[in-house]
Amino acid sequence: MAAADGLAFHEFEEATNLLAETPDAATTSKSDQLTPQGHVVVAVGSGGSYGVEEEVEEEGDKTALLQEEKPQPGFWTFSYYQSFFDVDTSQVLDRIKGSLLPRPGYNFVRHHLRNRPDLYGPFWICATLAFVLAVTGNLTLVLAQRRDPSVHYSPQFHKVTVAGITIYCYAWLVPLALWGFLRWRKGVRERMGPYTFLETVCIYGYSLFIFIPTVVLWLIPVPWLQWLFGALALALSAAGLVFTLWPVVREDTRLVAAVLLSAVVVLHALLAMGCKLYFFQPLPPEHVVPPSKATALPPNILLTPTMSRSMATS
Amino acid sequence: AGLSDISISQDIPIEGEITIPVRSRIRESDSSTLNESVRNTIMRDLKAVGKKFMHVLYPRKSNTLLRDWDLWGPLILCVTLALMLQRGSVDGEKDGGPQFAEVFVIVWFGAVTITLNSKLLGGNISFFQSLCVLGYCILPLTVAMLVCRLVLLAEPGPVNFMVRLFVVIVMFVWSIVASTAFLADSQPPNRKALAVYPVFLFYFVISWMILTFTPQ
Repeated sequence: MAAADGLAFHEFEEATNLLAETPDAATTSKSDQLTPQGHVVVAVGSGGSYGVEEEVEEEGDKTALLQEEKPQPGFWTFSYYQSFFDVDTSQVLDRIKGSLLPRPGYNFVRHHLRNRPDLYGPFWICATLAFVLAVTGNLTLVLAQRRDPSVHYSPQFHKVTVAGITIYCYAWLVPLALWGFLRWRKGVRERMGPYTFLETVCIYGYSLFIFIPTVVLWLIPVPWLQWLFGALALALSAAGLVFTLWPVVREDTRLVAAVLLSAVVVLHALLAMGCKLYFFQPLPPEHVVPPSKATALPPNILLTPTMSRSMATS
Repeated sequence: AGLSDISISQDIPIEGEITIPVRSRIRESDSSTLNESVRNTIMRDLKAVGKKFMHVLYPRKSNTLLRDWDLWGPLILCVTLALMLQRGSVDGEKDGGPQFAEVFVIVWFGAVTITLNSKLLGGNISFFQSLCVLGYCILPLTVAMLVCRLVLLAEPGPVNFMVRLFVVIVMFVWSIVASTAFLADSQPPNRKALAVYPVFLFYFVISWMILTFTPQ
């Protein structure tokens, strides 16, 4: 019966359909009972949508922001980009938790993103990771110097630039390539369409979150513990990626699926290992000379990376 | 005849002059500030900057930073900080402290990014107001830099480091408290943490640069 349906929880789009139907019902049968229920339907529907939209609507935006019927604002308007930052604190925290604990049945995109990807998470997780890498790399050097006073300490600010460029390129170019590849193979799949570009960026961005505490834990100067933490973080992160990509890739040929998933995992492993080796390599002791003797050493000894292996194991 | 007898017809033209009282002397038309002496002009701006410094040092709920924003203060602070943080040009090695340009870029692009983030999340603060607040709240960290520079003139050692660490931490917390006092109200309540976290990251990076500064 339309009245019983009207009291159930509906998504916003269905509520407007019911609202279109109830005026007809109101005129034919007990109108006094039905019109208040018709209002209740609307109230439940509007209460059920995210309260966030109402707050964003209060901004002086150029285009209408009713969720179910707005035309997509053009990419030159500010409100277009505002739609990518339409998240609350609790939603961001929930997505981070979802990326930390991947489970085989739960698809990150469907379960946590709920088809509303955001750009806040990927952008600030990448920024945090880049700065944390540079800072802890620097701290490792300080701690190495405290133990072994012959190591020369310097702030090494260029590592911030390197970290930033690496992380941002990885987190934005690799999803671009993946998205392009999945769209190219779209014809082979029937059931599930490819993820949008933003969803792919979200998957990668949130999967990098686990590396932030791992990088901080890499301060502990025990090598096997560092490799253990690294392997753990890589396993969790890559598992999240694989579980999310599996439903999309499952319908493709086995060869393509295997190659794609292994490429994703290998790239992720390369990133983790590259960060570990580049940022956490204390400088060799030959790097240090008291300033009076600086002219005695030829300059290219200062720059050889092979000497660093001897320091890495100590 | 009382007032009730008066009837106003439609075609009586109304003439007159309306004078709007000028609210603050700063908003006068250009012709009256063009003739003043240079000293007056500079002192006026310096006093405005100084007043905002006081508001940052003793953060209260006031609108001065937001209402009369200016970017002179942030520029002075950023240039001072970058000049003090840059490494000397004598050593051309790759590893060392930041260059002047790197500090400058981090401060200004960091502030612009945080402002854009705050606006995209739905805050109702204007672009330049937010830049102004973020720039002025670097003042405690600039003071920390000066103190660290003085402390580094003494002999190096763990006590030296502890003193610097303590000063930098105190000033870092002061910066964050000052900036959130001004910025937090402009965000919807369920997104405050999302808007404040980048500010935390920004001042953390600047504090890190100050703490790891070693004179060459």
